[in-house]
Amino acid sequence: MINTLSKSIRQYKKLSLLSPLFVTGEVIIEMLIPYLVGILIDNGIMKGNMPYITKSGIVLLVFTVLSLVLGSGASYASAHAAAGFAANLRKDMFYHVQDYSFENIDNFSSASLVTRMTTDVNNVQMSYQILIRIAVRAPMMLLVSIIMSVIVSPQLSLVFVVIAPIFVILLGIIIKSASKYFPKIFRGYDRMNQVVRENIRGIREVKTYVQEEAQTVKFKKSAGFIYRLFATAQKIMSLNSLVVMAVLNISNLAICWFGAKEIVGGSLQTGQLISMFSYSNSVLGSLNMLAMIFTQLVVSAASGHRIADVINEKPSIENPRKPLKHVNNGEVIFDHVNFKYDPDDKNLALNNINLTIKPGETIGIIGKTGSSKSTLVSMIPRLYDTDSGAVRVSGHNVKSYDLKTLRDNVAMVLQNNVLFSGTIKENLKWGNENATDEEIVAAAKIAHADDFIREMPDQYETMVEQGGTNVSGGQKQRITIARALLKRPKILILDDSTSAVDTQTERQIREALVENMPDTTKIIISQRIVSIKDADRIIVMDDGKIQDIGTHEELMQRNDLYSSIAKFQEEQKK
Amino acid sequence: MNKAVEKQNNQISGKRSTILWRLLKLVASTSPLMLISSTVAIILTAAANVLGSLFIERLINTYIIPLTKEARPDFGPLLHAIAVMFGCYAIGFISNYLFAMLMAVLAQKVQFRVRMEMFEHMEKLPISYFDENDYGDIMSCYTNDIDTLQQMISQSIPQFMNSTLNLIFVLGAMLVLSWQLTIFTLIVFALSIIVVRFLTIRSAHYFKLQQKELGQVNGYNEEMLNGLKVIKVFSHEPEVEQDFNTYNDSLQVASGKAHTYATILFPIMGNLGNLLYVLIAVLGGAVAINHIAPLSLGVIGAFLQLSKQFAMPIAQISQQLNSIVMALAGAERIFKLEDQIVEVDDGDVTITKDEDVKGAWHWNVPQKDGSVKKVTVNGHIVFDHVNFGYSPNKQILYDISIDAKPGMKVALVGETGAGKTTISNMINRFYEINSGTITYDGIPINRIKKDDLRRSLSIVLQDTHMFTGTVMDNIRFGNAEASDDDVYQAAHLSHADEFIHHLDEGYKTIIDGNGGDLSQGQMQLLSIARAMIADEPVMILDEATSSIDTQTEKLVQAGMDNLLAGRTSFVIAHRLSTIVNSDLILVLDHGHIIEAGNHEQLLKQKGYYYELYTGKKEIQ
Repeated sequence: MINTLSKSIRQYKKLSLLSPLFVTGEVIIEMLIPYLVGILIDNGIMKGNMPYITKSGIVLLVFTVLSLVLGSGASYASAHAAAGFAANLRKDMFYHVQDYSFENIDNFSSASLVTRMTTDVNNVQMSYQILIRIAVRAPMMLLVSIIMSVIVSPQLSLVFVVIAPIFVILLGIIIKSASKYFPKIFRGYDRMNQVVRENIRGIREVKTYVQEEAQTVKFKKSAGFIYRLFATAQKIMSLNSLVVMAVLNISNLAICWFGAKEIVGGSLQTGQLISMFSYSNSVLGSLNMLAMIFTQLVVSAASGHRIADVINEKPSIENPRKPLKHVNNGEVIFDHVNFKYDPDDKNLALNNINLTIKPGETIGIIGKTGSSKSTLVSMIPRLYDTDSGAVRVSGHNVKSYDLKTLRDNVAMVLQNNVLFSGTIKENLKWGNENATDEEIVAAAKIAHADDFIREMPDQYETMVEQGGTNVSGGQKQRITIARALLKRPKILILDDSTSAVDTQTERQIREALVENMPDTTKIIISQRIVSIKDADRIIVMDDGKIQDIGTHEELMQRNDLYSSIAKFQEEQKK
Repeated sequence: MNKAVEKQNNQISGKRSTILWRLLKLVASTSPLMLISSTVAIILTAAANVLGSLFIERLINTYIIPLTKEARPDFGPLLHAIAVMFGCYAIGFISNYLFAMLMAVLAQKVQFRVRMEMFEHMEKLPISYFDENDYGDIMSCYTNDIDTLQQMISQSIPQFMNSTLNLIFVLGAMLVLSWQLTIFTLIVFALSIIVVRFLTIRSAHYFKLQQKELGQVNGYNEEMLNGLKVIKVFSHEPEVEQDFNTYNDSLQVASGKAHTYATILFPIMGNLGNLLYVLIAVLGGAVAINHIAPLSLGVIGAFLQLSKQFAMPIAQISQQLNSIVMALAGAERIFKLEDQIVEVDDGDVTITKDEDVKGAWHWNVPQKDGSVKKVTVNGHIVFDHVNFGYSPNKQILYDISIDAKPGMKVALVGETGAGKTTISNMINRFYEINSGTITYDGIPINRIKKDDLRRSLSIVLQDTHMFTGTVMDNIRFGNAEASDDDVYQAAHLSHADEFIHHLDEGYKTIIDGNGGDLSQGQMQLLSIARAMIADEPVMILDEATSSIDTQTEKLVQAGMDNLLAGRTSFVIAHRLSTIVNSDLILVLDHGHIIEAGNHEQLLKQKGYYYELYTGKKEIQ
C-alpha cells in the first residue's frame, strides 16, 4: 500500500523532505530555550549580573525568531506537500479509472469510487501532513527533551525513565480497548444510514402502508446500538486525559521533591529546576501526541488500502503495441467465441458463438433477459475480451486495433445511457468534437430528435441537467442515438435504445438509418418483435447461445421461442 | 466593507445566536445534571491547574531557599506540602476526566436524541417535502450535519470552555504574583489575538473554499464515473481528464492554503509563548536585580511556567470558534428539517376490519350527537370538481370529476405531466386539494384519519422500493399482522413464489434497499404481493409494468389481474395494451380530463385516444 501511494508524491518530494528538516530545527531550538533560560536565571538573576542577562536575552530572542521561521516553514511545506500529494492521488486514481475496461468498472461501484477519491483521499492527506510534521516533531521533542533533561540533571531525569514506560503502557491499553469498538460502530452507521436511505426513497410505500411507527422502531434500534457502543468507547477514551494529567502532575511533584533535595544538597540550582519543569511538560506532551498520531494513522491506513486497490487494479484491456489505425468496412465475424464475466461463474455468458455479419447488413437480436444479447455486442467494440475464439472487424481481430480507432468506428448506444450536464449540443458533440451545426442537425433528424429539440426553450443550447432529468426517457434515447450517429461509424449498435420511443417513431428512425447509412452495419437489440422484424436477419439468443438465425418469416415458421414471443406481443396489442 | 454586506452579515450573526441558543437549550435539556456536573468539573480542573503553577513559587520561596540556608534542613514541611499538592492535583485530574467523559457521553446522548427527533419528524412530513428536497441533502442531515454537531459538543465546546477558563485562571494567578509582569503579558496577549484572529479567519475562508471545490470535484466525479461506460464507448477519456485537472487543481490550491493557515497557527502561537517566556526571564531578571519592583526568584519561576500555559489557550479558543460556527451551519439545517410542518391530519373517521367476515371493513363515522355510525367499506371513490396545484401559482389539475364505483377499473392516460400520478396522489392525501371534494364511500376524505384512509388503499409504484430484511419481511410490509401462510398465499397469487423459490434461501433471503440481486420485474412482483397481502378495497397502479421483458411481463400481468379482481382500481399505464379492458378510461391533457369512456366508446370518438391507440400520436 505504502509503495503504491508513495509513487504519487512526485514533485512534492522536496517539500515533503523540507518539512521534517524544518521541524527538527525548530524542536532543537525550542528545547534549548528552557535550558538557556535556566542558565540565565542561575548566572544572571541569582548573581545579579545585568550585562549577562542582556546578552543572553538577545541570543534567546534570535533563537525564538529562528524557531518561529522554521516552524512556520514546516507548516507551509507540510500543508502544501500534503495538498499536492492528495491532488496527485486523485489524479492518478481518476486517470487510472479512465483506463479501466468494463470488467474493471464492474468491480467497483461508482459510489464507492467517488468516496475513495474524496473521503479516503482526505484522510490520507491529513495523515500525510501529520506524518511529515507532527510525527517528526513528537519523537524529536521527546528525544531532545530527554537529552536536555539528562544534561541539566541526570538524577532528576530518572523520573522520566520510570514514568514514561508506565505512561506508554497505560495509553496503549486504553487505545487498544477502545479501538475494538470502532469497526462495530462504523458497521452500525452503515446500517442506520441504510434505514434512512430506504425511508427517504421509499417514503410513498411507508406512508401507503402506514409503516411510520414500525420504521421508527427500526431506526431507533440502529441509532440506539450506535449510541450504546459509542458512549462506551468514549468513556474508555476519556481515560486518556486522566492518564495524561495524572502522570504529568505526579512527575512534576516528583521533580519538586527530588529537585528540592538536590538544591539543598547543592547538586542542583534553582534555574535548572525551573527548566526541568519545562522538559517534563515536553516529554509527556510528546508521548501524548505520539499516541494520537498512532490512532490517526490506524484510521487512515484503511483509507490508504482503499485507494491502493483502485490504483493497483490492472486494466484488463490495453492497447496493442502496433495498433491498426483504420477500419475498412463494417464486417463482423465471431469465430468460436466463449466468454465468462467471472472465471468462477458456472455458466458461459457466451457459448461457442459463430457468426458472420456482412457490411451494411441490418441485424436484429432478441431473447429474454439474461440471454447475453448485450454481452454479444459488447465484444465488437472490445468492451470485454473473449476467453477463447476471436472477434474480427473488417477482417482483423479487434485486439489488433487501436482502441480509440475501433470505438470511433463501432458506435454503441448503451442500454443504460447517460447524458452529461451541459447543453444538448455539447452532448451531441461527444460523437464528434468538430461536427458542424449542419452535421449535428442532420444526425438529430435521422434520430428524430430535431423536432423536440427545436421545441425546447433554448433549442440546441438547452441545458441538460445532471443525469438528464429534464428530458423524457424517449427523448434521451433519441439524443443518445444522434450522438452515436455523429461518429459516422462503420458499425452501429443499438442496445434496446428505443424502448421508450413509440413504435411509429421507432420505425421512422429505422427507415432513416437504412436510407442515410447504407454502408453502416446496423445491429439492433430489442424486446419488441416490431422493432426488429424488418431486419435482414434476426438472431435469437438463449442462455448464451445463438439459438437460431433467420428472417422474421423463417423464424415465425420454425422457431417456437420466437413465435411465442411474437404471439404474446400481438395479443397484448389487441 | 459596504453597508449592504455589513447588514447581511449582521443578520446572519443574529440568526446564528438564535441557533446557538436553541442548540444550548437542546444540550441543557437532554441532561441538565450532566451539564452542571461537567461545568463544576471543568472549573475545578482549571483551578487545580493554576494552583500547580503557583506551587512552584511557594516551593522555591517558602521551602527551597530557606532550606538551603539551614544547617540541618527539615524536609518534613515540604513533604507535607507536596502531599497537599498531590491532593489538589488529584481533584484536578479526576474532575478533568469526569469533564471529558461527561461531555463525550452527553454528545452521544444529544446525537441520539437529535437523530430520533429528526427521523420521527421526517416520517410525518408530507410527500411534498420529499419532492422539494434532494435525497442527498436530507441524507447529509443524518450524516455530516450530525457529525459536526457531535464534534462541537464533545470537542469544540469543552475545549473552548477549558481554554477560556484556563486563560482566566492563568491571568488571575499572574495578577496575584505580579501585576507588572501581568501588564507586560497582556501586551503580548493583545498582539497574539490580532495574529490569531487574522490566521483563523483566513483559514476559515480557505476551508470554506476547499469545501466548495471539493463539492465540485465530487459532483464531477459522480457524473463522470456514472457515465464511465459511455466515456469509454466514445473514447472520450482525454477530454474528461482535462476537465478533471481543472477542478482538481483548484481544490489543491484551496486545500494547501487552508491547511497552511490552520497549521501555521501552532508554531506561531508556540513561539509567541517562547517569546513571552524569554522576555519574562529577561525583564523579570532586570526588574529584580535593579530592585525596580519587589520580584522574587520564585515569582519569576512560577511566571515562566504560567506563560507556557498562556499562549496555547488563545490559539485553541480561536480555532474552536471556527468549528463552532461551522457546526452551527449544520445545526441550522437540522433545525430546518425539524421545523418543517407535518402532514395535516384532523380526521375523526376510523376504519375497522370486521372480525367475522374476511376482507370486510367498515368506517366508524362519529355523529354530532356523539354516537358512531358504521359504514361498510365498498371502495366507492368520487372526485367532485377538484382543483389542485403544488404551489398557488401553478395549477396542475383543473375541475376533475370522476365517479369510480365499487369494483371499477379506472385507467388514466396522458403525457408525462398531464396529471395522472397527481390524481392518484389526491386519493391517498399525499397532497391536499385546493377546492372541490373527494369522497370515499360518501365520506369526504379529509374527515378520515390519514392512517386509516391509507390503510384502505394500496399502491404499486413504477419505482419499487425494498427495505432491508428478508423477502418475507418485505411482503409483510403490507400487513404486519399477516401470518407466514398469508405471505405464501399472497406470493402465490401474485406469481412471485416461483422466483422466490429459486432464491438461495427462499423467503428467508435477505435483500437490501436496492433489491440486491433482484431484477426490476422481480421487485415489481414482490410489491404486487405486498399489495395483495394488505388486501385493501382500493388499488392504485402507477406504471406498475414497465421496463420488464415479455416473459416476466406475462407473469406480472397475471399477478396483477388476480390483484385487481373485485377491487376498485386506478391504473396509470404507459402501454395502452394494459388498460384496454378498463371500465372507464380518462384521457388527461395538461390537467384537464379531455375524454372519458370505455375503449370502444373512445375509439368511436376518433379523438386523442384514437390517435394514441392507432399510433398517430406518441406519449412523451
